[in-house]
Amino acid sequence: MTDLSRRTIIKGTSAIGAAILPATLTEKIARADSAHNQGAGSPANAPSGGAGVSHEAPSTTYLFFNTEEAAFVEAALARLIPKDDQWAGALEAGAPNYMDKQLAGAWGAGERLYRSGPWQPGTPTQGYQLPFTPAELFRGAIGAINKELAQRPFAKMSPDEQDNYLKSLEAGGKDLGGVPSDVFFAHLWQCTLEGFFSDPVYGGNRDMVSWRMIGFPGAYASYYDLVDQHGIKIDRPPMSLAQDAHGHIHMNPGIPARSP
Amino acid sequence: MAQRLKPVDVVTIGVGLTGSLAALELAKAGLKVVGLERGAPRYTVPDFQSPAIHDELRFSIRKAMMQDNTKVAVTFRNSSDETALPIRRWGSFLPGQGLGGSFVHWNGQSYRAQVVDFIYQTHILQRYGKKFLEACGPELTIQDWGVTYEELEPYFDRFEYLLGVSGKAGNIKGQIQRGGNPFEAPRSREYPNPPMKEPYFAALFRKSAERLGYHPFPQPSSNLSRPYKNPEGLDLQACVYCGFCERYACEHFAKASPQTVILPALLNRPNYELRTNCEVQRINLDSTRKKATGVTYVDAAGTEYEQPAELVLITAFALSNVRTLLLSGIGEPYDPWTGKGVVGRNYSYQTTGGPTVFMDESININPFMASGATGTVIDDFGGDNFDHSNLGFIGGQYIAGTMTGGRPIEFHPTPPGTPEWGLEWKRAVAQHYNHTITIVQHGTSTASRLNYLDLDPTYKDAWGQPLLRMTFDFPENDIRMSQYIADKVVEIGRAMGGKVVVRGGAKRPYTTTVYQATHNTGGAVMGDDPKTSVVNRYQQCWDVSNVFSIGGSSFPQNITYNYTMTIGALTYWTLDAIKDKYLKSPGPLVQT
Repeated sequence: MTDLSRRTIIKGTSAIGAAILPATLTEKIARADSAHNQGAGSPANAPSGGAGVSHEAPSTTYLFFNTEEAAFVEAALARLIPKDDQWAGALEAGAPNYMDKQLAGAWGAGERLYRSGPWQPGTPTQGYQLPFTPAELFRGAIGAINKELAQRPFAKMSPDEQDNYLKSLEAGGKDLGGVPSDVFFAHLWQCTLEGFFSDPVYGGNRDMVSWRMIGFPGAYASYYDLVDQHGIKIDRPPMSLAQDAHGHIHMNPGIPARSP
Repeated sequence: MAQRLKPVDVVTIGVGLTGSLAALELAKAGLKVVGLERGAPRYTVPDFQSPAIHDELRFSIRKAMMQDNTKVAVTFRNSSDETALPIRRWGSFLPGQGLGGSFVHWNGQSYRAQVVDFIYQTHILQRYGKKFLEACGPELTIQDWGVTYEELEPYFDRFEYLLGVSGKAGNIKGQIQRGGNPFEAPRSREYPNPPMKEPYFAALFRKSAERLGYHPFPQPSSNLSRPYKNPEGLDLQACVYCGFCERYACEHFAKASPQTVILPALLNRPNYELRTNCEVQRINLDSTRKKATGVTYVDAAGTEYEQPAELVLITAFALSNVRTLLLSGIGEPYDPWTGKGVVGRNYSYQTTGGPTVFMDESININPFMASGATGTVIDDFGGDNFDHSNLGFIGGQYIAGTMTGGRPIEFHPTPPGTPEWGLEWKRAVAQHYNHTITIVQHGTSTASRLNYLDLDPTYKDAWGQPLLRMTFDFPENDIRMSQYIADKVVEIGRAMGGKVVVRGGAKRPYTTTVYQATHNTGGAVMGDDPKTSVVNRYQQCWDVSNVFSIGGSSFPQNITYNYTMTIGALTYWTLDAIKDKYLKSPGPLVQT
């Protein structure tokens, strides 16, 4: 039982009683199954139309988030950076997977966070002063949100309702199990940005979609002959850190446990 | 019980820029030198190589090359009536850790200080008078350095040739040079290498600055414009403008760092020993407390050692230098209420913050084609390069069309009015990413009696010793300076063709959460008077003559420019004093 991945559990669960899962999540899982690995790591550039960039949410094996947490995260990220007719959003880019792996690993456990007390709120210029690790912060805050929304889960709200709820978190003033809601929102947003823009080796930015969208060539590293050709348009496809000669991107085996 | 080791001639606390340079000079002079570095050993090959080195998340966001703040953090407050709390994640400044220190992840921006910087108080009083300075702020405590530019010029020159700085001279022996910075202090000769290539954003800035009557020049860079062999016989390569420079190490041997320009000449010397993962706890003093006997440190396995030494050089990052003095009881700690004491006094920073210029979408900026020091600069508003008589402040900033990369987790600008997230935000990012320029304002930080460093009464490091406590906010003088210049920069941005120019300029309160600069200065300042300085003009401690505290901690107030070249020049200057004077007759080099 301990070896079963979250996805296996979800699949098994959905077979015996999909009613207990938020509908959007099961739908996404079903879609993801058919889209699994489609176009992953394809070097083809997509200057317009998003060709070669999957608009389906990828299948995710969650190591950190439980089912309810994952349902909130997937739905929230789909609003924070939505997909459009041209480019995938944070959900389709795999940002929930990125977030899950970060929280399951060293960063979630408080890597690079000075953790000795005593604890007190401090001023905004003193920065983060809560005793929670990122893993504790996300778990506590999402748990509080899901409890508050037990009757009408976030994932079941309309997009407008979801946006309004996220705005209420962003505005602060709400306590989420000891985490001020604006602090949680700031973490959620930063993590979403990272999952959208970081190298695909970390499990987000699938197909380097965000890099194609803005025209960032990625880890590609020599512009000696181009830097003084002013205003040229760079059309070459972006490159990941872990891309091999065939354009496949290999997930870094050291993630999530590697320390810096 | 500490294990006592065999005595050596010299121990350096820290092996970054100043520690490796000091060790090289003194090892060449035949002394037995031990370098104690708190971080791990690391080398261009294999540690800085592709593909892993171009990882924005790991290096820029998670700050993998920075001081391990889970072990040693800094506490902070804006003013002394607040309770300082730990900076739990680095933000505003990023001290490096590991062999080579911050001199590995630096950008390579390589300016000299100016003539008047070293005689700042004398110059300001002469030009504007005492009343003017008092009106700028009665709390300001600017002072002279005790050393002059003329004395340091040979050492600036030597350090530039060690690094292979790429640039264009603006003033050779008093003759203004076309294409260089006409405001720069006279130099004895041209830079060792020609300027870097000029990216588009820099060219747009240059043309606009020229049109407005300013004097643009190529930013001096320690990322090299061509292959170069330095005077130590070490080969550097030409920079390829990969856009992964600040917060990263260079894989190409193209950025000057201890690993490229110093360590290969040092590490194979039989009379030098490098010990990494060693955390110095304190400098030990004899019963007179006038002489150091060595240092106590703890290695990675937790074993404590006493390393006796004739000469102790504190060669860490500025903040660590000050903390080491405080933990060792060297010099009288500064008391902001009485104004007495010196250690921790005149802590200064850097006043930064420039505008964002949104260009037309037909203009491809390609911000990712850059190095850490590639751009065009004007110094028309630097230091005291302009008349302050009617301005009500002292100091200034250089203005630079320099971008150090287009790494998208950090750089995804949107114009004012754009929502913070959602579909509109996403479309704005896609629309503006490649058509936006950031301009840098970078300048003086005026020392104030209100800003200082001391030991925190509450928070401890991993070994149970007090953390350093920083009390800092921008003096109103510096806000006025920065805001005055912000208006000038908006004009430049508009002249560049900016459709929207978002005004820059510094504001109070200073915050630790937003990156500004890793140019923390002061706290163990140099000078001619032991009442207002910790070290004399040779960076020798007034109170303990066989201890020298070297680096940014010696600056009485901070200058307009990025401080690495000035630190390098001061280090060479001090080492010549040690070799030529101190070793012949150990004792105070300046009598009180």
